[in-house]
Amino acid sequence: MATKLPKVPVVVVGMGWAGGIVSAELTKAGIPVVGLERGKDRKTSDYLMAHDELRYQHREELMQDLSKETITHRNNEKMRALPMRDYGTFIVGDGVGGAGSHWNGQTYRFLPYDFEIKSMTDEKYGPGKLGADYPIQDWGLTYDEMEPYYDTFEKMAGISGETVESYGKRSNPYPTGPMLKTPIMKMFEEATKNLGYTPYVLPSANLSEAYENPDGISRGACQYCAFCENFGCEYGAKADPAVTVIPVAKDTGQLDLRTHSNVTEILNDGTKATGVLYIDMITGEEFEQPAEVVVVTSYVFNNVRLLLNSGLGKPYDSKSNTGVIGKNYAYQVSSASSMMFFEDQEFNLYGGAGALGIEIPEYAGDNFDHSDLKFIHGAGIRVTQYGNRPIANNVVPKGTPAWGAEFKSQSIKYSNSFFPVKSQGASMPYRYNYLDLDPTYKDAYGKPLLRMTYDYTEHDRELVKYISQKTHEIAEEIGADIIDTNDTQNDFNVNKDTNTHNTGGVIMGTDPETSAVNTYLQMWDADNVFVVGASAFPHNSSFNPTGTLGALSYRAAEGIQRYLDEGGSLV
Amino acid sequence: MAEDAKSPAKKGSTRREFLRNSGLTVGGVVLGGALGSLLGGKEQVATHDVAPAPQLTVNPAEALQFFTPDQYRLTQAAAERIYPKDDNGPGAMELNAAIYIDHQLASPWGINSKEYMAAPFFEAEETQGSQIRILRKDLFLLGLKALDAYSQKQYDNPFIDLEPEQQDQVLTDFSDGKVPDISGVKSPLFFSLLRTLTIEGVYADPLYGGNKNMEGWAMRKYPGSRMAYVKEIQQDKFVELPPQGLNSHMGH
Repeated sequence: MATKLPKVPVVVVGMGWAGGIVSAELTKAGIPVVGLERGKDRKTSDYLMAHDELRYQHREELMQDLSKETITHRNNEKMRALPMRDYGTFIVGDGVGGAGSHWNGQTYRFLPYDFEIKSMTDEKYGPGKLGADYPIQDWGLTYDEMEPYYDTFEKMAGISGETVESYGKRSNPYPTGPMLKTPIMKMFEEATKNLGYTPYVLPSANLSEAYENPDGISRGACQYCAFCENFGCEYGAKADPAVTVIPVAKDTGQLDLRTHSNVTEILNDGTKATGVLYIDMITGEEFEQPAEVVVVTSYVFNNVRLLLNSGLGKPYDSKSNTGVIGKNYAYQVSSASSMMFFEDQEFNLYGGAGALGIEIPEYAGDNFDHSDLKFIHGAGIRVTQYGNRPIANNVVPKGTPAWGAEFKSQSIKYSNSFFPVKSQGASMPYRYNYLDLDPTYKDAYGKPLLRMTYDYTEHDRELVKYISQKTHEIAEEIGADIIDTNDTQNDFNVNKDTNTHNTGGVIMGTDPETSAVNTYLQMWDADNVFVVGASAFPHNSSFNPTGTLGALSYRAAEGIQRYLDEGGSLV
Repeated sequence: MAEDAKSPAKKGSTRREFLRNSGLTVGGVVLGGALGSLLGGKEQVATHDVAPAPQLTVNPAEALQFFTPDQYRLTQAAAERIYPKDDNGPGAMELNAAIYIDHQLASPWGINSKEYMAAPFFEAEETQGSQIRILRKDLFLLGLKALDAYSQKQYDNPFIDLEPEQQDQVLTDFSDGKVPDISGVKSPLFFSLLRTLTIEGVYADPLYGGNKNMEGWAMRKYPGSRMAYVKEIQQDKFVELPPQGLNSHMGH
């Protein structure tokens, strides 16, 4: 039997960026918040031993324990979905800070085109450009309406960057200047300028300089130590909820943060939530936490799963094309790339940062003409320098064996002499790519796992073919000795692909028939439930999702405050 | 933060004091051999006319938690073919990759403690990752057995007694799936476990038992886990720094 606790105004489920921002904004306004987080608490000094590639990257120290919960996957409806038994493609964060602790810190805004993708595509290319099975839709608010929230998020996190003219208009420059330019970034810069492009240093949450944010949080500059992705930052230079918004919330005295608390169900009567049920993962005790407002801020997968396991919202059905929970799951398309090897040049690639890189904007969104192309949207084409750690970086020219004498000598020869021109492409929703509950597999508490039905679409494969050509041209201009270009998008492989930018499943919009939440991320079917995160994206852009997720979290926090004052639907 | 590699001896005291304090002397005489090379450094230490110093076991982690001595030797031999000694430097054997593998298989990772292990187990499509019930520690031992059995069948000898070219052929057959299934598991899965563990064993921080003396890192001019590269990443010329392990972060 669950122990019933006293009712609180707001309970937040998951303490990553979304939960951290909502908690900070509400507690600053004097509203008490209970924050439930299934992982542990964290602070900067915990990371003094974090320069450990094996423990953090290959043994997934900061990630969720899959023995308790995972997802199942199938490429299409004809296949039997099977559990992702160990980490391959996605790394799903755990603990205070969530994915905001292990992220790289690349912090973009989406384009004006993204927010009105349906109307703008129809207007320019005519309806039916993509076909009926690609349910792209407008987000329900425009870039201009999003701009102030982006601005707030960037000031809080201290984003370092430079203004890009062909992207959305900014009300302010980035709060801190761009990151350093390394020799390989300069090579890309020179080559792309020669080709007529306008390269820019990519926006970073790694802090190019010391910075104090509007909440009074001071952080030091990035030391380019090369341990960002998969790692926590021992300097606090990388913006992380655990060093920004969560301490602010804690300081108010209004945040009751309960770690090792795993929410298994949102209690509800079909139209309103009454609270949540959670398990103390250390002791196994079960608690009921009644609340006025339930804010669901866990990762994309668990946001969807919690709603489905709680019977909240109408589950999506691909056959009848009805329902919304689980709809428009999207990913990203990153296979187009050209790996370059240099015979007589060595670079200091052991150093770097998670958001250190340079990119061109010419092939993003609708910045190029798609009239004769079988896809819409595009990709960021870029060179990055994360820092090459030795277990993960044994890159050899095509045709070299994967082990043995030749592998060893070639991998050592090129260990400081390779880097790719790579890309990150947008992902459009597809009628038969979606999330629902698995009929067979359960988590450690007996609840069904989330089932993902997903494969790359024809659209994605066309995009990879086109963008890979561009990466090849840039690699040639750079003048590498060996260029290995990949122009093929293989089937989605839950064990091999490497991208954690999952989106959708609880998407926002203006119509309850085709969206689960309104533009304040308030559920149409239960107005005291807010579902915040990249789960709200109706499609995925070519940019890293956190900037947009952060901006939407600020908007949701505003909505929750209004709801507590006024009640009812906010739109 | 220190920018240069410092041996423990140089940190705040002389090498001699370190040796004295750490008790690594016999009758006041500094020991050479393994210890001398461990500490490195250019400082000259006075030596007296004594008999050649006995070798010390300086690394207590160089012992087995999991393997039998036979399994250990077989693992050493197989790992050496994955990452052989060459002009660049030591191979997996000298780098203690097999010690690393032993320790990993004895750890919670060896019993798949963070993996989803609930039934049912079905045959997977290629895109769905491995779906096997057998724990890593057991799969590895079954794989070693299969290595010997296959070597015996092909060449009438256990793996360890084969010529390097024969060993490479056996491993190639495992990697290509030409070997009978191992208790229902395809041989490339075992091979991939062996390969991954070997690469980890030569390049993981030495705290895990492999990458002896950070020589795996030194071969590829990897400086290990230093705290800052602000200066280096801006330079056009390659800057080679001697490697530092996580151990250098202790006490901060």
